[in-house]
Amino acid sequence: MHPFDLTAPTALDEALEILDDPDAQPLAGGQTLIPTLKARLAAPAHLVSLRRISELRGVEADAGHVTIGAMTPHAVVARQARDVFPALAKLAGTIGDPMVRNRGTIGGSLANNDPSACYPSAVLASNATIVTTARQIAADAFFDGLFTTALDEGELIRKVRFPIPIAANYQKFCHPASRFALTGVFVAKFATGIRVAVTGAGEDGVFRWHAAEEALGAACRPETVEALDLPDEPMMADMHGSREYRAHLARVLTARAVAAIES
Amino acid sequence: MVGISLTVNGVSTTAEVEGRTLLVEFLRDTLGLTGTHVGCDTSQCGACTVHVDGMAIKSCTVFVGELDGAGVVTIEALSERHGGLTPLQKAFQDHHGLQCGYCTPGMIMSLTALIEDNAKPSEAEIRRHLEGNICRCTGYVNIVKAALAATGQLDSAMSASHDTSRWGT
Repeated sequence: MHPFDLTAPTALDEALEILDDPDAQPLAGGQTLIPTLKARLAAPAHLVSLRRISELRGVEADAGHVTIGAMTPHAVVARQARDVFPALAKLAGTIGDPMVRNRGTIGGSLANNDPSACYPSAVLASNATIVTTARQIAADAFFDGLFTTALDEGELIRKVRFPIPIAANYQKFCHPASRFALTGVFVAKFATGIRVAVTGAGEDGVFRWHAAEEALGAACRPETVEALDLPDEPMMADMHGSREYRAHLARVLTARAVAAIES
Repeated sequence: MVGISLTVNGVSTTAEVEGRTLLVEFLRDTLGLTGTHVGCDTSQCGACTVHVDGMAIKSCTVFVGELDGAGVVTIEALSERHGGLTPLQKAFQDHHGLQCGYCTPGMIMSLTALIEDNAKPSEAEIRRHLEGNICRCTGYVNIVKAALAATGQLDSAMSASHDTSRWGT
């Protein structure tokens, strides 16, 4: 690892002030960034740990919504969101492994926007709002391709506000070694319609499967999904799975999620 | 350099560390607590698992400079606190839960955290909990057996069906 300065402020204002320096980068849970630094794929001059900023942590439920602080670890979401938004809690409880879940955070995951991360699918399917230090960003406008988001330099995620669906389900086909989603599908049913978001598969990262949403809006049954053409989104291909394989998984997992919602 | 003050195994420690110093480096190289192992150094194997403020984490993937005020517990503290091997450690010995032993400190720290949360974990829960701890010797059978024995449920559980959910659904 290249050397760098590390600061761990306790106040958000202080963190933002330090992050005004273009050489300074935020550090959330570190479960992706630290391995990246070890591989010398990143070499920031200054890292600002957000861990001690208490206002960035916590799970709060109010009428129809659950709001999660950006620095809340996955394990805490898995426990504390279980009653209000069980599908989200289940997703959080299957990220990585127990030690990673005790350290990794929702804000870090979303800001990184790894194409195989779990959280982006829940955020997009639930039509969540990303509340940053500068503005509020709708999920549809947040994810911007591989490892890219609408966040500006120095803009931090404060919290994520999820509308709670009538029913929802996350289905993931885990890569057996890395535990990342080889393909994962989050289906959320609202009074206004159904949203389907696919992670791990799309060449540009997480995406909504609009054709499935439309069809399920008319008939919310697994058979509806099984009758659909495969998603026509450009798919990733690598040694772990071809484009066709991932597209097929997206359809199978969507049907399973719908079956779980309707059972 | 970052000034930190933290408690390791109940002992207060103050130090000046580089930003890039990992917790596991601090434990092994500065404090001489070599019971915590570095296996992969890529956040996969879990041999470096320790507890920070009661949570099991991988000490190769945390900067010690972030831990001002934290409480760290390592494998060394378990037997000291218990006055001998803990029931889990004894069960590893009794049930041959290790061969080369390199992964064992991480296995013990990880399973200790599980048992603190869940006094009677099922075989499936134990296997799922160990997703972040890799052992290349045992095939896990005797590790799981030791965890069941340590929680007083060896007889009933070993015949239960094996968990296959880790391969995806």
